[in-house]
Amino acid sequence: MDWLHDMIFQPQSTVQKIVVMIFAMALFVALVALIMWLIGRPRVPTWLVFLGFAGPVLIAVSLGLIYPFIRTVLDSFHQFNSVGQAVGWNGLDNYTSYFSGQGNRRMLINTVLWLFLVPILATGLGLVYATLVDRVRGEKFAKALVFLPMAISMVAAGIAWRYIYYQPAPKGDSQIGLLNFLWSLVGGEPTNWLIKYPQGTFAMIIVMVWIQTGFAMTVLSAAIKAVPDDIVEAARIDGASGWKLFTKITVPSIRTTLVVVVTTVAIAALKSFDVVFTMGSNLPSNDILASAFYNAQSTLNYGKAGAAAVLIFILVIPVIAYNVLQMRKADSYR
Amino acid sequence: MSAAIAPMPIEEQVGGRRLRRQQRANDAKTRLSSPWASLIAVVIAILWTIPTFGLLVNSLRGAPGPSSSGWWHFFSAESPFTFSNYSAAWTGNGVPANALGGFLLNTFVIVIPATVIPIALALGAAYAFAWIPFRGRNVLFVMVFALQIVPIQVALIPLLKLYNGWGLTGSFWPIWLSHTMFALPLATFLLHNFIKEIPGSLVEAARIDGAGHVGIFFRVMLPLLVPAIASFAIFQFLWVWNDLLVALTFASGANTKPITPGIQGLTTQFASAADILPAGAMIALIVPLIVFLSLQRFFVRGLLAGSVKG
Repeated sequence: MDWLHDMIFQPQSTVQKIVVMIFAMALFVALVALIMWLIGRPRVPTWLVFLGFAGPVLIAVSLGLIYPFIRTVLDSFHQFNSVGQAVGWNGLDNYTSYFSGQGNRRMLINTVLWLFLVPILATGLGLVYATLVDRVRGEKFAKALVFLPMAISMVAAGIAWRYIYYQPAPKGDSQIGLLNFLWSLVGGEPTNWLIKYPQGTFAMIIVMVWIQTGFAMTVLSAAIKAVPDDIVEAARIDGASGWKLFTKITVPSIRTTLVVVVTTVAIAALKSFDVVFTMGSNLPSNDILASAFYNAQSTLNYGKAGAAAVLIFILVIPVIAYNVLQMRKADSYR
Repeated sequence: MSAAIAPMPIEEQVGGRRLRRQQRANDAKTRLSSPWASLIAVVIAILWTIPTFGLLVNSLRGAPGPSSSGWWHFFSAESPFTFSNYSAAWTGNGVPANALGGFLLNTFVIVIPATVIPIALALGAAYAFAWIPFRGRNVLFVMVFALQIVPIQVALIPLLKLYNGWGLTGSFWPIWLSHTMFALPLATFLLHNFIKEIPGSLVEAARIDGAGHVGIFFRVMLPLLVPAIASFAIFQFLWVWNDLLVALTFASGANTKPITPGIQGLTTQFASAADILPAGAMIALIVPLIVFLSLQRFFVRGLLAGSVKG
């Protein structure tokens, strides 16, 4: 009995873990089968059939997103004690705390830098690369090389980049980090890139760009291939080629996709804290809003964490709104 | 969670256009005959490959290679080519709590239900929103789909308290449930895009044959949706495998910690774990890499069908 209880609630051995996984899947299948059997019988009203199909999702998102969202908004106006219990309202204090002090100011500046630089650089590089390798021999391979960082975790990416930004070696020793090696080749003084401000932020933005360019490139490449042949032909007959063809035909034709890519990458840059968490050596000067959230959460300061989460949400809204607006515009042209 | 985006107007061209494509491919050669263009492309490709390549080289260099000299020195007498970093990383280099083998098992235990369950649930909901006439279904669909814009950060702390209250701490249930709930808005949206494109005549024919909604769903819809399911499954698989935030919040205990927080933990004890860190990172990325390379087509289709998680 103990073994069974541990298996379900505290699995330790390999066997327990695998059995509880199978158990969970079997439980799920049984539940689905039960629901399907109930609504599959004759003369069940349509609304019940609808609930049978959509109900689980409606319940799950209510429990997993809507309720927590309301809770977090409320928490963000509360004071929390050191063991994470709410001890009363404190108005906007959690929010205003992010707008004072040098550390927080840098955190906000970093967030803005991430929000703009990551999407612009990733989309720009992705667009250039997608155009350059379009219909070239070995296109698939060339695209896979740039897309690869997208498939691996940001933590693994952060570890890979560790050996680019590695701290300077002691005097006289050879460098371990590629950047310091190259930097000293051109006569620079090796430096600890990741702990300086603002070098640390730029160093990590580069990592995020490295990760996101593959996404931009893939989506834009598909868009470029979808540009109607006749338009390209007509422009070519008119004598456009190279740069002119790119700026006058390609870019305007894929405008909608460009907006989608920029906004998607912007939101990813805003929400993900993995790169900073893995590479930023916990320095306040490297933080962004998403890592400030995690720091507050891990110190049980749920009020401040809630405020950071709500701020992220508030920043996401205009990005999405811009996206929807551009979509509408594009639709009305058609 | 993800960015809420309508489906993109991108379609692979097929069939009759092939000839013109070929012609354009020939034209392209003139465009790329510019040596500068090729040079830029090659430089970008090299820059994008260097970090992963360096990691791979470092993972194969004997101690104290990775932490005493740059990877571009490759292999030498004091840091010879070896696979021993991988076996050391697998067993935690003498620290059982760092054994990546254990983390990897947890990742597998987490990722399978966290991929299968949300897809199954979202398929049902997508079918209901598209094909079961019900007043208010459009409002409900917009609600589910709009939830994509909620950053998961907003949901973590209340859920954590909920799970603690239910006595689930230390088990896999919180992370299974969380990944499932967080995936549903995007999954429902994407699958709905596919499911509503299925011709109504097929549904009508099945109905005349006496099939109810359950029969139509399993016998007509599911077989046609296999490519869409594959696309989203790869997406969700990679997302759960590579996730750090949800894992740190709900599965950071010794029994359940998956590989991402596992290797992240190694980075903070850099001195002691320096030699196994590159091999550890390689172990963490090998499965997503294989999945991506072998199923690239589906993954890209999933990306193009809507949006991306982040």
